[in-house]
Amino acid sequence: MSRPIRVLVAKPGLDGHDRGAKIIARALRDAGMEVIYTGLRQTPEMIVNAALQEDVQVIGLSILSGAHNAIVPRVLELLREKDMMDVMLIVGGIIPDEDAEALKKQGVAAVFQPGASLDAIVTFIRSGVPVS
Amino acid sequence: MKTAERQFTTISGVPVEPVYGPEHLRDVDPLRDIGSPGEFPYTRGIHRDMYRGKLWTMRQFSGFATPEETNRRYHYLLAQGQTGLSVAFDLPTLMGYDAGHPLSEGEVGKCGASVCSLEDMEILFRGIPLGDVTVSMTINSPASILWAMYLAVAEQQGVDWKRLSGTLQNDILKEYIAQKEYIFPPRPSMRLVTDTIEFGAHHTPRFNPISISGYHIREAGSTAVQELAFTLRDGIEYVDWALERGLAIDDFAPRLSFFFNAHSDFFEEIAKYRAARKIWAYVMRDRYGAASERSMKLRFHAQTAGCSLTWQQPYNNVVRTALQAMAAVLGGAQSLHTNSLDEAYALPSEQAVTIALRTQQVLAYESGVANAADPLGGSYLLEKLTLDTEAAANDYIGRIDRMGGMISAIEAGFPQSEIASASYRYQTEVESGERTIVGVNRFQSDDQPIDLLQVDETSAQHQEQKLAALKQRRSQAAVTKALDALKRAAEGIENTMPYLLDAVRSYATLGEICDALRGVFGTYQETTHL
Repeated sequence: MSRPIRVLVAKPGLDGHDRGAKIIARALRDAGMEVIYTGLRQTPEMIVNAALQEDVQVIGLSILSGAHNAIVPRVLELLREKDMMDVMLIVGGIIPDEDAEALKKQGVAAVFQPGASLDAIVTFIRSGVPVS
Repeated sequence: MKTAERQFTTISGVPVEPVYGPEHLRDVDPLRDIGSPGEFPYTRGIHRDMYRGKLWTMRQFSGFATPEETNRRYHYLLAQGQTGLSVAFDLPTLMGYDAGHPLSEGEVGKCGASVCSLEDMEILFRGIPLGDVTVSMTINSPASILWAMYLAVAEQQGVDWKRLSGTLQNDILKEYIAQKEYIFPPRPSMRLVTDTIEFGAHHTPRFNPISISGYHIREAGSTAVQELAFTLRDGIEYVDWALERGLAIDDFAPRLSFFFNAHSDFFEEIAKYRAARKIWAYVMRDRYGAASERSMKLRFHAQTAGCSLTWQQPYNNVVRTALQAMAAVLGGAQSLHTNSLDEAYALPSEQAVTIALRTQQVLAYESGVANAADPLGGSYLLEKLTLDTEAAANDYIGRIDRMGGMISAIEAGFPQSEIASASYRYQTEVESGERTIVGVNRFQSDDQPIDLLQVDETSAQHQEQKLAALKQRRSQAAVTKALDALKRAAEGIENTMPYLLDAVRSYATLGEICDALRGVFGTYQETTHL
């Protein structure tokens, strides 16, 4: 049997609205993935360090506060610095279309906006992570 | 789908029967158990003439970017016929950080107005007479500090504190349970809340020092019953602390106010408000021996459910909001915020917030629903739902009592896990198509883009510059002296409000004051409950 996909679900920034992050964490777990949830108020540095230590293949960031343009590029920069660009970075939350496009150009694999189905997120992760 | 297979439940999963009749109310004595509007147990409302005497206050929650920008929006809203103000603060303010703090990066002015010092509070209310307008402030962990700033602005305007009318949210327990904007650990936080309740009882007789809130609990995914039960149990916790402080129940209970969600399940929501009043009336009379009717009357603000708004087909949100607002009015709300159609995307544009306000005005002046008190009272369905909601909420309240109160329950993760499970169950129902969300999992169509509010990206810079200039101008000696005195008070058992007032008057910043308190109280990290 192949090793389960390991995912870090992270909640950066000052916002405490964690309903979405918790639902995603549970749904990915129910889909057979190993999920580590960071809890609230993680800096980009804390998130990337946790991803490294936990040896995850995917990082999912949940951001609803509008701070994505400050936070996501910093996470990408740190992933690049630590030579971790093989880790898939996905973002979920209130991200306007034009920002979503810009983030994808910078290296985010996918942006899931409000109303995205859990199934679509699971499928996207499975199709993008090589089986090991 | 055949009727036999289909489950009919409320949005919270409570089964609904095909029809209700007298057999559902067999054990009910209408006079004793339901009563009349304006009479104990206030199931049917707290006023005999309800909205004939006074309509609900139309109070749109609003704030973004700088205090200057937000002040302009307030003047606009008042000119449009809004009857009260409600301040939204940005995340750094909610978390007690100044603009310019590393953790504030990207967040200044995004989810509300940035207020870093008394100077910002002065700007926020420039040209707004605080003796005449009621103001609600959504602030929790640093609530007493922002309230001190507000009281200081009133002082500058020459308004007697006794004339001030408004509401401080100041409900820290629901932060640990649901919204998670906490700074200090629960016990010192509760002490700060009790300080405001005590101070208010002596100095601001018309101001609500707390708004005990279920709104955020519901937004975090709870059921209607969980929202009701956890909120009322939070209320009991605040009462216990105030009594412990030595206050008499009837000296502060009349100024406790509540805040509930107005979600999409029409009858379930109306039943929730009615059950809330009834349970609280009994809690006040029987658990605490309150004698004043004003202590027994649960007054509440309602806001339509932000979590029900969809990104897809955003104009449908106008309809959702109108129905939710009508439930709040039929449930007897004292004030109401209606969400704007664009709030799944951003803070509302001026056009969107105007439609939201007009929705309330249509309800108030055209629909006729405000003509008679509790117009749905006596409906078999509604009375049965009210009784069931009351029983289920009392069951939860009893469980939390047996856990040793709300703080113990929070520390054990009990309300948090109950909410997380309810929220996951709801989401899986939406995923499976068992629950329909129009435009999302059925009746989809292409969306037309809408015009959104663009928050000025230079807010952070503007706030940082203003703060730097303030620090040059103020007396550093006065700031240090005030902060030292505050720390000593915080270490002891004195009421911190007078010290907070001195600190804000010296133009100590919010961040500086919170740092002083962090030094004394420490900070809180939750254990996550998935």
